[in-house]
Amino acid sequence: MCLAIPLRVQRIDGALAEVELGGVTKTVSLVLTPDAKEGDYVLVHTGFAISVLDEQEAQETLALFAELEEASRAVEEQAESDEGQAPEA
Amino acid sequence: MKYTDEYRDPVTARRLIDKITARATRPIQIMEFCGGHTHAIMRYGIRQTLAPHVRMLSGPGCPVCVTADTDIDYAIALAHLPSVTVATFGDMLRVPGTRASLQQAKADGADVRMVYSALDALEMARQNPARSVVMLGIGFETTAPTIAASLVQAREMGLRNYYVHCMHKLTPPAMRAILDAGEVRVDAVLGPGHVTAITGWRAWEFLPRDYHISCAVSGFEPLDILQAVYLLVDAVETGEAQVANPYARGVDADGNKVAQQLMEQVFQVTAAAWRGMGEIPASGLGLRPEFAAHDARLAFDVPLPEAAPTPQHRACRCGDVLRGVIEPSECPLFGKACTPARPVGPCMVSGEGSCAAHYRYGGTLDG
Repeated sequence: MCLAIPLRVQRIDGALAEVELGGVTKTVSLVLTPDAKEGDYVLVHTGFAISVLDEQEAQETLALFAELEEASRAVEEQAESDEGQAPEA
Repeated sequence: MKYTDEYRDPVTARRLIDKITARATRPIQIMEFCGGHTHAIMRYGIRQTLAPHVRMLSGPGCPVCVTADTDIDYAIALAHLPSVTVATFGDMLRVPGTRASLQQAKADGADVRMVYSALDALEMARQNPARSVVMLGIGFETTAPTIAASLVQAREMGLRNYYVHCMHKLTPPAMRAILDAGEVRVDAVLGPGHVTAITGWRAWEFLPRDYHISCAVSGFEPLDILQAVYLLVDAVETGEAQVANPYARGVDADGNKVAQQLMEQVFQVTAAAWRGMGEIPASGLGLRPEFAAHDARLAFDVPLPEAAPTPQHRACRCGDVLRGVIEPSECPLFGKACTPARPVGPCMVSGEGSCAAHYRYGGTLDG
């Protein structure tokens, strides 16, 4: 019921916007997000955009994941190299 | 798809799972309020993967499931009136009332139409001036502003044949009711992302303040959920209750002000009956007197049929499932008398229902 999907605003006509979903153009209402601009991604719920997605925040989250990956790799490489240096029994 | 695919990376998911399981020193119970989260958690196998370090508990966040059966009886009675068309979101169609569902009523000749948006119902009213179109207003804070917008538009258009049967519910009071009842241990709460897009994350500040419980507002992709679960586990381990917002791309502190103003203009807070939880004070929305002309309850004086629960309905434990007290598989009807094809209770009907998710994606944690 609270399902909402991120869709790109392609064209704005008054309080309505055209968005594209799987190759199909749909019209949604921008009544709840009057600040949305063409090119923005909005969360669409039952035919209404309810939130404009914040690109910068999205990038920051992804950067956090990249950092985690880097840190985990570093730990793994360190462990492997420690293993390699271990004296043989 | 942008904002979706990049939050499904399996390698990062594995890293987050490792972080979570390494951080949890004891079994931690996290309630996901939202039925959308329940489905994502089951679909991606997150529940099984995190056990026994973290136990995910389903909450009452399925609007269709918590709709009182008598509200469905009322909608059915409306739909049988000769000049009335009942418009509803699809997942309400098969939810059983005390005797039948809207789908059965439609088969019996009642005029019930499925709509994707309240604006479709509005258009239906515009095109059919001789009929009264009643939109079933169900849903939480995510959906309520869309119904409010349709009512404001109906008034602006002078549409006198558009009505709403208002059954909207508010999420924080239900969370409070569960915590106050104390039937289940909740160490932390996975906050509903799209409800919070409207309310803002400050709406959950009562959790750390009044209950010393952390909340992390989460999106619906697997990495969103795992990141939020990690933050919750970390908060439980440090003992510092707080609200975190890892879903910052879609949610901010104060929410959607335009939507909040529309809700304020159209609705007033009322007590509401929740299936499985009874009446919760100040947990529902009714129409303000200014919109009385569009209030289905005032416009149509329909007597409710006497409720006559069948033995199967009496055995249905959706109420306990909705409060996180039992797992769906603990209900005697689950997967036997009650399946998605022949549902007894609403939790097996809705796409967001906990029983439907458990049936579809399978598995108990014990076996």
